Amino acid sequence: MKYYDKLIFELSKKGRTAYSLPKVTLPCRMEKELDESLARTEPLELPEVSEVDVVRHYTALSQMNFGVDTGFYPLGSCTMKYNPKINEEIAAMQSFAALHPLQPKETTEGAERVIAELDAALAAITGMRHFTFKPCAGAHGELTGLMIIREYHLSRGDMKRTKIIVPDSAHGTNPASAAACGLEIVEAKSNADGLVDVEDLRPLLDDTIAGIMMTNPNTLGLFEKDICRIATLVHEAGGLLYYDGANMNPLLGKVRPGDMGFDVMHLNLHKTFSTPHGGGGPGSGPVGVCEKLVPFLGVNTSGYHGNFGVMLRAYAYILMLGRENVKLAGPLAVLNANYIKESLKHKYKLPITSVCKHEFVFDGLINDGAKEGVAGATTLDVAKRLLDYGFHAPTIYFPLLFHQALMIEPTETESKETLDDFIAVMEQIADEAAQDANILHEAPHATPISRPDETTAARNPILHY
Amino acid sequence: MSKIIEGLLYSESHEWVKVEGDIAVVGVSDYAQAEMGEITYVDLPQVDDEFAAGEEFGALESVKASSDLYSPVSGVVTEVNTALEDAPELVNEDSYANWLIKVRMTNPSETEELMNADSYKTHINE
Amino acid sequence: MNKFPYFPHTDEDLRLMLARVGVESLDDLYSDVPDDFLYKGEYDLKPAMSEQEVRAYFEGLADRNSHLTCFVGQGAYDHYTPSVVPYITQRSEFLTAYTPYQCEISQGTLRYIFEYQSMVCRLTGMDVSNASMYDGPTAAAEAMRMAIACARKKDTVLLSSTLLPQVIDVVKTYAKYYGARIVMISAEDGQTSRDALSALLESDDTIAGVILPSINRYGIIEDHSSFADAVHAKKAILIEYCDLSTLAVLKTPAEWGADVAVGDGQSLGIPLCYGGPYVGFMACRKDYLRKLPGRIVGQTLDKDGKRVFVLTLQAREQHIRREKATSNICSNESLMALWVTVYLSLMGSEGMKEVNELSYDGAHYLYDELLKTGKFEKVFDRPFLKEFVLKPLIDVQSLQTKLYNAGFFAALQTEEGYVTFCVTEKRTVDEMNRLISIIKED
Repeated sequence: MKYYDKLIFELSKKGRTAYSLPKVTLPCRMEKELDESLARTEPLELPEVSEVDVVRHYTALSQMNFGVDTGFYPLGSCTMKYNPKINEEIAAMQSFAALHPLQPKETTEGAERVIAELDAALAAITGMRHFTFKPCAGAHGELTGLMIIREYHLSRGDMKRTKIIVPDSAHGTNPASAAACGLEIVEAKSNADGLVDVEDLRPLLDDTIAGIMMTNPNTLGLFEKDICRIATLVHEAGGLLYYDGANMNPLLGKVRPGDMGFDVMHLNLHKTFSTPHGGGGPGSGPVGVCEKLVPFLGVNTSGYHGNFGVMLRAYAYILMLGRENVKLAGPLAVLNANYIKESLKHKYKLPITSVCKHEFVFDGLINDGAKEGVAGATTLDVAKRLLDYGFHAPTIYFPLLFHQALMIEPTETESKETLDDFIAVMEQIADEAAQDANILHEAPHATPISRPDETTAARNPILHY
Repeated sequence: MSKIIEGLLYSESHEWVKVEGDIAVVGVSDYAQAEMGEITYVDLPQVDDEFAAGEEFGALESVKASSDLYSPVSGVVTEVNTALEDAPELVNEDSYANWLIKVRMTNPSETEELMNADSYKTHINE
Repeated sequence: MNKFPYFPHTDEDLRLMLARVGVESLDDLYSDVPDDFLYKGEYDLKPAMSEQEVRAYFEGLADRNSHLTCFVGQGAYDHYTPSVVPYITQRSEFLTAYTPYQCEISQGTLRYIFEYQSMVCRLTGMDVSNASMYDGPTAAAEAMRMAIACARKKDTVLLSSTLLPQVIDVVKTYAKYYGARIVMISAEDGQTSRDALSALLESDDTIAGVILPSINRYGIIEDHSSFADAVHAKKAILIEYCDLSTLAVLKTPAEWGADVAVGDGQSLGIPLCYGGPYVGFMACRKDYLRKLPGRIVGQTLDKDGKRVFVLTLQAREQHIRREKATSNICSNESLMALWVTVYLSLMGSEGMKEVNELSYDGAHYLYDELLKTGKFEKVFDRPFLKEFVLKPLIDVQSLQTKLYNAGFFAALQTEEGYVTFCVTEKRTVDEMNRLISIIKED
């Protein structure tokens, strides 16, 4: 990767053009007719550049970026699997891309078929009854799913249920989505094994509880084995179970959330179903529900039919997988995670040793190299040093249960050789730390930029050119 | 060792109070600022906002964390330290000289619930 | 092992890896899962297809869509996409990247977001912009929550009844569960009524914000002179809902005195794609920066003094502040923000002006010609840009069927019983004349 300093505005030169529009054939009326009081007075300053400038500029920017096609992302709870290229071609097909969202259904039969078939496929994979595709990302799915839970209670005239239980190990979006949905958060504690403590949960369950949000496996990569008892308890108390699908990948082809007693769930098509992350979206967060909640699926949380382009990609992936290969997706992801865990536990602290699912958490280095006058290497240091060796960093400092958390999730699309390379680098970093932690404090060294001054960025925000 | 000043009153959530007649001057303790690390923003209320004792009145932010501020007493905000808007680092430099808000107390007896310097020292060492 | 292109494991790999983990089979990795939950049936999915078969399958589905020439807007506009835009956005370094948390290997993403924020600021006249929202309606819903967060202790937001129906719908949905009160401002002659707004502001002390459309559901360019003063007098904030493309020529939200600008950026060359992905935008005056939801990129220096870009002000966000965050949003529409950034870089201010002029001229030509057919009547006598409504004097149902059969999507019926049309620079005079001649028939 090569450092490139320009912003597009800095390439601007008066008189350059990068657009071409059809010749004017009708009389020009706007300037004459549009009343001054409605027109913009502040001149609009956009870059004036040539087409070549634009192409080279953005190509140069792209060369400072790491993506799945560049290398391996061991990023916990993010499921950065390979993004198949056929998906992109399908999504770009003109007969889908040119459809207006308000066209009558009789003119969009193909698109409607895609939605219906994707709905059926996701229902088969998850054990839910039907999905809504309105949500545009995972957190949006959570919000929509919680609205469905609230609507269900309200429809029964049960107005008291305004609290939701969220485990302390939950993704940060869970409490944030609950708050946006007007729900009060009640935290459930994890026990020493990192699982939801059923005994701690029991007293929380009264007639003000709308439900519980869980992810299973949880953010420590552990399967919540008591899920059956939890489901019974929550249901007996009149609440519903919400499944956060961010951690669905290890269950793909193996376990269905619907069978575990979950009533509502979301999926991240940009995680489990191979659609590209796009540097932070567009994603798609369809919400599935059990039979009795189907009447509430209509809750309207976005403009049209959701991110249809993302749905096309996910369905192409499902067709490629088919009923044969789907059964291997989850198990291979789990194998990869356990393989890394077992290979590195002699260099990194492993607080929970049992078999993990798609991800697991190290709590920093066993030997962080701390000595007189030299601070030990932290999780942040390890993460930054990994960048030097051509790997993306794992998720760090999450979950909050461990102070030096390094959360690692490989996916099923990574080969043994890639994992072996990663393991070797992680071992080397541990050795470097033990010898001279300063190498890690200074990392990264080989990237286009070094560590930024984030404090100044936040104290004196410069947010536009 | 964090600095604790004699003569101030302290809350469990690490705010300090200096009573000047019916006005309470409120800041955060040196311990609290040290825990936060480099403070990047101090979120403060507006003059005339009213808070009950224990109610949230603002927050301290650093790059990777945020910590809520709780009013040690009930009352109406009479003054806000606007210098902190552009220079949040002042709280790191001296969290006692750089107060956050002044409150006209509606129930001054609430200050009896707060800790003195000695009790606060015990509190943060627990 | 099945042979499958996305699974690299050979039989030998499996053997070695299972041995390292200390289990005999893949099934053993699920020994912690109660047996009842292990799905033993056959998944009700189609048998695996080859890539060639997948392509053919989608081509078959695609053939069942009618390709119609689009004369409808209503929040989704058929503008032309220069070929450079998809070419750049399909670069895998952008497409397959994660959220730019590791800034040292994400300067590409961070820089384009910074450019995007700068362009949104220039179009809206606002001081700061976030890195994008899902779409226009959800951006409006977030603005509703932001207004309430800014006001403290007030819970009402006024919505103009001239906003697009889907915007009203989504804001109301969010408000219902969040616990906000929504009151509608009535319209007068096709635009938000200033008198109705004043009356509401006078009679209600719980108003935290007001959402008005810059161009409304009838295509009318609203006149918001003195609206901001009235709103600010009650210490509420003014939110303008805009079509980003039109701000190149229309009075900006800042010029109307608004505090927050939201809307959709789809009109900046993003394909219709049956409703998404699009890109919502959200910008505000700097006083409200700390209440702005979503990711924000800022400029700073690295240790060597180079200018670099980072995600900043993250203490507002869900991964730090959890239930007290300004919003739950994390993934947004980053790649679509790149889409509009590349589009705006290509078009420049001249290009943007021409796009609007061509749309304006086309729409006004069609408007005049449709009235001449005698099959429609004027509804409003108000300025519009690329979209307008007419009152049909003929049976709409049969007109529409006739239009679909001839390959046109036009004259969509609105809730009020009007029909709506839209013309962009993509529509040729020839297409308009064909549309008119079909309407003239019988």
